[in-house]
Amino acid sequence: MNTTNSLIASADWFPLVLSLKVAAVATLLALIAGVALGWVFARQRFPGRMVLEAVFMLPLVLPPTVIGYAILVAAGRHSPLGSWLREHFDYSIIFSWHGAVVASAVVALPLVLKSASAAFAGVDRSLEAAASTLRQSPFSVFLRVTLPLAWPGILAGTLLAFARAMGEFGASLMVAGSIPQQTQTLSMAIYDAVQAGHDDLALLLVVVTSLLSVTVLVLSNRFFSLR
Amino acid sequence: MRALRLLLPLVLAMVLPLGAAAQQITVSAAASLTDAFKELGPKFEAATPGATVRFNFAASGVLLQQIGQGAPVDVFASADQETMGRAAEQKLIDAATRRNFASNALVLIEPAKGAAGVKSLQDLSGAGVRRIAVGKTATVPVGRYTRQVLEGAGLWSVLEPKFVQADSVRQVLDYVARGEVEAGFVYRTDAAVMSEKVRVAFAPTGSSPVTYPVAVVAESRQKTLAADFVAFLSSDAAREVLARHGFGKP
Repeated sequence: MNTTNSLIASADWFPLVLSLKVAAVATLLALIAGVALGWVFARQRFPGRMVLEAVFMLPLVLPPTVIGYAILVAAGRHSPLGSWLREHFDYSIIFSWHGAVVASAVVALPLVLKSASAAFAGVDRSLEAAASTLRQSPFSVFLRVTLPLAWPGILAGTLLAFARAMGEFGASLMVAGSIPQQTQTLSMAIYDAVQAGHDDLALLLVVVTSLLSVTVLVLSNRFFSLR
Repeated sequence: MRALRLLLPLVLAMVLPLGAAAQQITVSAAASLTDAFKELGPKFEAATPGATVRFNFAASGVLLQQIGQGAPVDVFASADQETMGRAAEQKLIDAATRRNFASNALVLIEPAKGAAGVKSLQDLSGAGVRRIAVGKTATVPVGRYTRQVLEGAGLWSVLEPKFVQADSVRQVLDYVARGEVEAGFVYRTDAAVMSEKVRVAFAPTGSSPVTYPVAVVAESRQKTLAADFVAFLSSDAAREVLARHGFGKP
């Protein structure tokens, strides 16, 4: 018991804090984009809609290494976007925790998108129609009728997205690297600990990660059944 | 009945090659040996009829971990004496078969385009160098050689905030080749592999000699063939290939 206590006391908790920070920001970005896109895909009809939706859902099934490589190509040193950012703002997402946020947001987006899309599709249109007859603007209808009815589904998806962002590893490792005290997330810390043979530290981090993920998933299930 | 008659030859065809594979060895070698060993493999197979060699390249520390966990490896070649020493301590190798077969040199490399123009170790602390790629010291030999050199110059803790720690020497090379870091420490032989994308700034002094030991793994089931491979690495044919890739004498 004493060795466990000293292990917890001496363990570096930066990866935990960073993972929470990265996941929070990434989930926020995914939430905004996911709700907007989810509404578009649930309500609008236009040619190529199904293909476009599939493209946004791709990060769910693509290997993380493909996503990591895509981000490197799109925002790396020699890319148009990357070199522009470096030249004008002295800024790069590569080897920075912002890169981990981008990678996590990309893989979390499909989860919010699918849940939001399903939630919006499940809202009774006649209720919205009734609201418009009461002279509510479309935006007001959205805010006061659609969103309140859809939010349990969206929230459930968002919690799933948060859990996914917490667990992001392959793509964020490729883009942000595993720099201790700077970009090393919880999953990267576990990987490094196992590689270096620090099995007790690895086990401690694994337990912490698992407890966090289970909590988030239980919360998510609660909201899914709240319909 | 018909199906069985068709099935039997098929099963035999699948099983028979397993008999031939009985003369196969797996060699876990340090990442920096990738190109040289890939060329040595066919040469060894040609010199030893019926033998096949499979390679497994990664950082020496990672390979040691794998062997420790029971990976079916026959030969282990590492990029520093420390890792092989740990293998010997853990009784994972046949200590009697251990010998050095090559040497290398540590160099500092920069991206070929847009380099910061580093001329000395001191230059690394300048503002033009934002990120330096080094191997993880726990598992990557080149990271340890780098640490020796930088600690000797009193720069290790100063530069630590700039480090990006890589899983292997080849990953350090990749980071520099992409231009995502301004400098990196690799072996002279790795710099030669990507000579169009990186350039050697200089070769720092202050590390212990970079020598490569090789040994037969204790749990190997192909001890004789493994020993043959170890002996082959010291042959003239192998020396010629290693020299061509930039390795020095042990």
